[in-house]
Amino acid sequence: MAVASAILMVTRRNIVHGAVFLINTLLSTAGIFLLLQAEFLFVVQIILYVGGIMVLFVFVIMLVNLDVSMRQVQFNRQWFVAGALALVLAAQFLFAIHATQAGRDPLRLPAMAAEISPKNTEAVADALFSHYMLPFEIASILLLVAMIGAVVMAKRRVG
Amino acid sequence: MIPVDYYLFLSLALFTIGVIGVLTRRNVIIMLMSIELILNAVNINLMVFSRMWGTVDGQVFAIFIITDAAAEAAVGLGIILAFFHNRETVLADEMDIMKW
Repeated sequence: MAVASAILMVTRRNIVHGAVFLINTLLSTAGIFLLLQAEFLFVVQIILYVGGIMVLFVFVIMLVNLDVSMRQVQFNRQWFVAGALALVLAAQFLFAIHATQAGRDPLRLPAMAAEISPKNTEAVADALFSHYMLPFEIASILLLVAMIGAVVMAKRRVG
Repeated sequence: MIPVDYYLFLSLALFTIGVIGVLTRRNVIIMLMSIELILNAVNINLMVFSRMWGTVDGQVFAIFIITDAAAEAAVGLGIILAFFHNRETVLADEMDIMKW
C-alpha cells in the first residue's frame, strides 16, 4: 500500500492529489514502525509528518497557483536518463541485499529485549537525553535557524 | 515473524520511487515531497536495524532525521514561496536567474 501510494504520488498531475497520496504513504510507514514495536516513532511520525509537514505542504500548494502548472508538461526532458539511473541504483541496492543474504537463512528479527519492549518511549528518552544530549541540542538549534530562515524568506518585501 | 529482507525491499522501493520523483518531475513542490519520501525510506531502514540489534540508537537517529526533514521542508517551502512571489513559477527548469 505504501509503495502504491508512493507511485501514485510521483505520477499525479494535480499536486493536491500527490500530497494526499504522500500522506497515505507516510501513514503506512507509521504502521510499519508500529509493526517494528517502535511506538514512540509511530506517534512522532503521525504528529510531525502527517500533522505538521504535510499541512505546511498543503498550505504552500494553496498559496502557489496551480491551475497553470497543471496544464504544463509534468516531466522534464531528461526523464529517460533519470529513470534509467534510478533503476540502476535500485538494481545495485538489490544486488547488495541479495549478496549479503546469499546462502544463509533469511534474517529474522530477534525477540525484543525485555527492558526495551514494553516501555519503548522510556528507552528512547533515556538514550536521547543521556547519550545523545549534544546532537539533541544541535538539532534544536537547527530547528531555530530553519524557523528564522523560513520566516525571513517567506516574508513579503516591503517597498 | 517477517524476515528483515522484506522491510529492506520496501525501503528500497520507496527510495527508488523518491529518486525517480526528484529526478524527473518539473514541479519543485513534488520534488520536495519526493525528498520526504526518500528520508522516510531511510527511516524504515534505521528502525529495522535498530530493532535487529535490540537497541534504540536507530530510533534516536530516526528522530533526528525527522527533525531534519521538518527543517528542510520549512526552509524549502519558504524558498519556493519567495521565488513564486518573484517569478510566478514553480517549475525547476524555469529557475534560471543564476544562469550566465
